[in-house]
Amino acid sequence: MKKGCMSSTMKLAASFPLTKSSRSLLSPLEFSTQSSGNNIESRIPWRAWTSVKNHHGKQQQHMRPPSGTVAAYSAQSEEQPQQQEEEKTADEQKTKAREIVVEIPVDYDLHLLESAPSRSSVTNSEDLMSIYHEMSVIRRVEITADMLFKSQQIRGFCHLYDGQEAVCVGMEKALNFDDSVITAYRDHGIFIGRGGTIFETFSELMGKRTGCANGKGGSMHLYKRENNFWGGWGIVGTSPPLGTGLAFAHKYLKKPNVVVAIYGDGAANQGQLYEAQNLAALWELPIIFLIENNHFGMGTAEWRASKKPAYYDRISYIPGVKADGMDVFAIKEAFQYCKEYCLGGKGPIMLEADTYRYHGHSMSDPGSTYRSRNEIQGIRRERDPIEHVRKIILQEEIATKEELKDLDKQIRRDVEDAAAKAREAEQPRDDELFANIYKKDSGLIAYGCDRKKTRIQMP
Amino acid sequence: MAAAVASQAVAAMASVAGIAVSLASSSSSQVARLQLTTPAAPSSFGIGRCHLLTRSSATSDFGSTAPKKHAVSKVATNAVVVINSDNYGSALLYFSHELLLFEALREGLEEELDRDPTVCVIGEDVGHYGGSYKVTKGFAEKFGDWRLLDTPICENSFTGMAIGAAMTGLRPVIEGMNMGFLLLAYNQIANNCGMLHYTSGGQFTIPVVIRGPGGVGRQLGAEHSQRLESYFQSVPGLQMVACSTPYNAKGLMKAAIRSENPVILFEHVLLYNLKEKIPDEEYICCLEEAELVRPGEDITILTYSRMRYHVTQAAKTLVNKGYDPEIIDIRSLKPFDMYTIGQSVKKTHRVLIVEECMRTGGIGASLRAAIMENFFDELDAPIGCLSSQDVPTPYSGPLEELTVVQPPQIVAAVEQLCMRG
Repeated sequence: MKKGCMSSTMKLAASFPLTKSSRSLLSPLEFSTQSSGNNIESRIPWRAWTSVKNHHGKQQQHMRPPSGTVAAYSAQSEEQPQQQEEEKTADEQKTKAREIVVEIPVDYDLHLLESAPSRSSVTNSEDLMSIYHEMSVIRRVEITADMLFKSQQIRGFCHLYDGQEAVCVGMEKALNFDDSVITAYRDHGIFIGRGGTIFETFSELMGKRTGCANGKGGSMHLYKRENNFWGGWGIVGTSPPLGTGLAFAHKYLKKPNVVVAIYGDGAANQGQLYEAQNLAALWELPIIFLIENNHFGMGTAEWRASKKPAYYDRISYIPGVKADGMDVFAIKEAFQYCKEYCLGGKGPIMLEADTYRYHGHSMSDPGSTYRSRNEIQGIRRERDPIEHVRKIILQEEIATKEELKDLDKQIRRDVEDAAAKAREAEQPRDDELFANIYKKDSGLIAYGCDRKKTRIQMP
Repeated sequence: MAAAVASQAVAAMASVAGIAVSLASSSSSQVARLQLTTPAAPSSFGIGRCHLLTRSSATSDFGSTAPKKHAVSKVATNAVVVINSDNYGSALLYFSHELLLFEALREGLEEELDRDPTVCVIGEDVGHYGGSYKVTKGFAEKFGDWRLLDTPICENSFTGMAIGAAMTGLRPVIEGMNMGFLLLAYNQIANNCGMLHYTSGGQFTIPVVIRGPGGVGRQLGAEHSQRLESYFQSVPGLQMVACSTPYNAKGLMKAAIRSENPVILFEHVLLYNLKEKIPDEEYICCLEEAELVRPGEDITILTYSRMRYHVTQAAKTLVNKGYDPEIIDIRSLKPFDMYTIGQSVKKTHRVLIVEECMRTGGIGASLRAAIMENFFDELDAPIGCLSSQDVPTPYSGPLEELTVVQPPQIVAAVEQLCMRG
């Protein structure tokens, strides 16, 4: 295994035996601040980014883009999917936009691979603003969902994604809507990244008819078939086997698309995972197994649940990459690399994103009994994904601080408007209780041996 | 005759327990009924509000137990608590303390962990986190990491691991964080746990307890609102019980741990915060026995777990309308306590089953068949069965309420059944 980020974790984990006293004192941040001489310089990037060069290698004069750019973005915040399509078709707009090259500070760890994803990512001002916008929307949606849960508008289980936005936004920058994505229950951000509207999200969370599953699914069951988002599953470890099935269908139907099956460090110890990975490798299916490693499986830290707390290199016949999950450009480059790999017919690949969740496992978990508040605040201070992008935007003078603040306020207004609209939406009607159990809703009917004459409605 | 034998056993037990007993025989029931008085603290409980009934096969000493603070050391087994109609759900025996249902489970588990060093708990987040419903809070500090084993998320393997450990003599308590997750371990429970005593010709026993919260909660979604009792009921070799009050939760937990057979203890997500007074002295409940919640004459209502509370709520309306329902909490889902149920059917001649399982293949379906087979001649009306709809539980609140049986439906069903014949 290439020496890199995870070795410091493993060394310290090995030196602390599993005893009662060793609970929850080790954390990704704390042993990097201890600087005990381990290889930590690439563990936590203390500076958000190193240098920004243009693609010619020399510093260009910084030209401020027209000040209408940010305002144009905030006005179009409601029509984001259409905006993405506009960007794709309008090529001349792209060539006019100045190219920015962002360096990726944290190196990749590789398993069974000769080459690595690129350490620098080419982007432009519009791209940066759309990334910032998308991540801020997801952050604001999660914070609003928190408040709605506490005021009992959302009930049951609510697993929040804030802190992990870079993973889904970076992923979507490398994929299109013909690629399939399937995930577990922490799906609000990924649903929005896949083109789900905020109104649909809140409606489903509040159990209204206008939700994506007509209010019958809830937080853990968000789906969007037309954009190939396959959910949204409550049982841990469900997404890899189902994702392998999606990849099987892709290969069967000869589609030039890839499947991303997302699971976490807690799910990485499920048996069905290994079965699915064997099948995917055996039949060389185009699937990327994305591990969102936020280091905690509810209350159990990864080093207390896994003998080897590294997930990208667990299978000796599937290659893997590990990237910094708080850096949206690292994830984007890693995904581009993985997608090329899969579509080259080489089979599955694992991608581990080293990320963090600020909230607890769900709204019924405070999130502070098994980790310290220092750790949460430290990661927020040093590695927050939105701050990373904000610093690049400010350094590149794409927008000023005030413009970004206005954009934030606009996003907040939009999200709260969507929540209010969802609150006003209507509940499902009573007869929808029995809708969609079967495809044609035939119900359960038994026929007697005289077929047409005797029909009994089964219980 | 049965009453005489019972009364002797009861008197013997009660005299050892140091309380005065006055015996009164009842004409309607076959068991002795006694009133408890204690000279020590006559005001600490309600005299005449509670009766302790025992069977003729009552009482045995459960070996050397050393309870910490209890006044007596005898364990009352096979005790069926009868609560009068004005005081549902509270059993006041002599010295008692009040607690919530999850605390009662915790107390029972703690007493068993203290008593027998081979008892251990295996599950997700049971140790340091204290249990996702706080049933094992504080145990990891007291008993250590091996006896409160925090597992990774791999239900299939840790259930299999617990069964393997049980084969050698340990007594693991497997916690499923939600009963629905145990579907991943269905193979282990059905094939390995249930069948092994039979297929090995009696060589191996599997004294495991599989417990966890199930049932329809408050908008938890379809996958987290499953009622697994209907899936497990046809596996031979398993025993299933469902607790509904703090009293029977603690009693059933202890009995399940002491049982040599694999027992599945069904708790309910919405019942964890029920408050009740339970006795200070050590007690266990019989695993195979049903609990008489309210005696009556008109109709027998059989129920378990959360539906017990919907039924008792409906009973208030029914009593106001002039009906006299007899409510039995069947508690033992496999095997059914056909004795208590049969006694009741012979008295009232009408049966209504109220359950939370789905209509197709649920506990009610089996119970209906069993009653029809055994007591057909006693019935004056078809057996009514109210169950949840055959739908995946929707997230939406109003739809979820429609899925589960509600008290007005129970009242309507009783009225309809009592009108026939």
